[in-house]
Amino acid sequence: MYEIRFHGRGGQGAVLASKILAKALVEEGKHVKAIPAFGFERRGAPVAAFLRYDDQPIRKVTNIYNPDCIICLDPTLPNSVDIYQGMNPNGVLVMATKKDKKALNLPKGLSKIGLCDAFGIALSIFGRPITNSIMLGSLARTTGMVSLEALNKGMESVAFRDAALDKNVEAVRRGYEETRVY
Amino acid sequence: MPKTIVCDGNEAAAWGVSRAKPDMVAVYPITPQSSLAEYVSQFVADGIIDADLMDVEGEHSVLSVLQGACLAGARTFTATCGQGLAFMFEPYFRTPPLRLPIVMSIVTRDGITPQCVWGGQQDAMTVREVGWIQMYCETVQEVLDTVILAYRVAEHRDVMLPVNVCHDGNYLSYGVEKVELPDQEDVDRFMGEKNTNWHVALDPERPMGVDPLTGGATGNGPALFVRYRKGSCKAMQNALQVICDVHREWGEQFGRHYAPLVEEYRLDGADFALVTIGSMTGAAKDAVDAAREQGVKVGLIKIKTFRPFPLEAMIQALSKVKAVGVVDRSVSFGWNSGPVYQETLSALYHLKERIPAVSFIGGLAGADITETHLQRVIDVTASLLQGHMPAQPIWLNEND
Repeated sequence: MYEIRFHGRGGQGAVLASKILAKALVEEGKHVKAIPAFGFERRGAPVAAFLRYDDQPIRKVTNIYNPDCIICLDPTLPNSVDIYQGMNPNGVLVMATKKDKKALNLPKGLSKIGLCDAFGIALSIFGRPITNSIMLGSLARTTGMVSLEALNKGMESVAFRDAALDKNVEAVRRGYEETRVY
Repeated sequence: MPKTIVCDGNEAAAWGVSRAKPDMVAVYPITPQSSLAEYVSQFVADGIIDADLMDVEGEHSVLSVLQGACLAGARTFTATCGQGLAFMFEPYFRTPPLRLPIVMSIVTRDGITPQCVWGGQQDAMTVREVGWIQMYCETVQEVLDTVILAYRVAEHRDVMLPVNVCHDGNYLSYGVEKVELPDQEDVDRFMGEKNTNWHVALDPERPMGVDPLTGGATGNGPALFVRYRKGSCKAMQNALQVICDVHREWGEQFGRHYAPLVEEYRLDGADFALVTIGSMTGAAKDAVDAAREQGVKVGLIKIKTFRPFPLEAMIQALSKVKAVGVVDRSVSFGWNSGPVYQETLSALYHLKERIPAVSFIGGLAGADITETHLQRVIDVTASLLQGHMPAQPIWLNEND
């Protein structure tokens, strides 16, 4: 079983990202359970979502406390939330940031790091800092756990509030291509 | 071919509604039910559900409208929770003795105050004695399937009672998983003839008084009132067999077999068992498996049908163990324990031997019930076998 925790701010689409990834992983033949964290969600406030997948059916519907992978949709979030809490020490980090790896205060021992200037890409595609689909592309590039085709398929049945499907397909592609993997 | 979709429990419920082909739905949104109301409304707008949608001003009107529709022969659906259910209570109380086979999802939510919008079974548990059938789901797939088969139970000639399909707010309402959506033709075959109001009808061609003043201490009042009450109680008991039959038929036709009343999980060779209800059960089964690997002889009893209470099935399951730990997601204020615990005690009275039981309360107001919590449930319940009896109830999230 592989466990992922999404961190974002209300309005950036962290919960929707977890739903799209769930659909994409099912396309890849996986079993999935995803739930949002339940708290005081509002626009701009820190939010989280959880997703676990496996080749076998999954029974438990619980929050994720020791994720193998963290996806952070907002570069300012690590200043206000301990996004690494409980993380598998050899886990994977996928983060929206234009900074260089050396300029970030990252935990030691991470097995893989993917960095992507998702804000920059989002502003050029959507004109707004909505980073969820971009960071799914970044996740695909960093981990290889899911294909772009499956992500695009996963987005087909999603009702996007802020932009059309084609823009999100473009966002996934650019997130994939413009991720620096360490 | 059945279609595979990936959706949350609220969307799954709406798909179930679409396959059951209601004539009228009425909804009023309330967290965490809101997206279910939105999906149903969207499906009506898109023609996926071919029903009249009544967009009314509150839950009291929702159920009043559906009572009228059902009396006129319509198959009906709605969903609510928490304060919405509280506001609905007057027509809610009246629906079972009117013998109206309305199906309503309760997307369970904890009670206020303190103010909260998160999951918990306090709402559904609080109305457990009103006469609605209550089934609690464990997975998103089970939500979809149970919404459909609930109509077969509700509309059965020997039952004719409303059904609540309960799914946990947050954990199932927003929990996303892979779900199989059965074909409409297959569901049509399963559903058969609609049977909503053979017993009572608003029909200008054959006028009748619906629900005239009944009872009192004179004339045939007392006896007539007793007849009505006995009829409702009998119908509830009849529902036990019907629920079993309908689940079996569903399993045979669609390949998904659910324990209709009570599921026994790893009770063979078990010294003691957990009793669970709803979405906590998945993690509890994982915890049982982990304990079994350590040589701990624990099993699990999951209640699906809570009303009518499945007494015989519970006796059968409980008789296989020597102690039980009952996990509730709500509170019985009057008993300082959980309601499922109290019901389990009632069932235990029927056993030849007296066995110890302990009450755990967890998952209130959206709180998580993790494998760690459930491991504690297992450890404490195991200690009962050594004669230990802790102070009760045990609040699982007290120190989270």
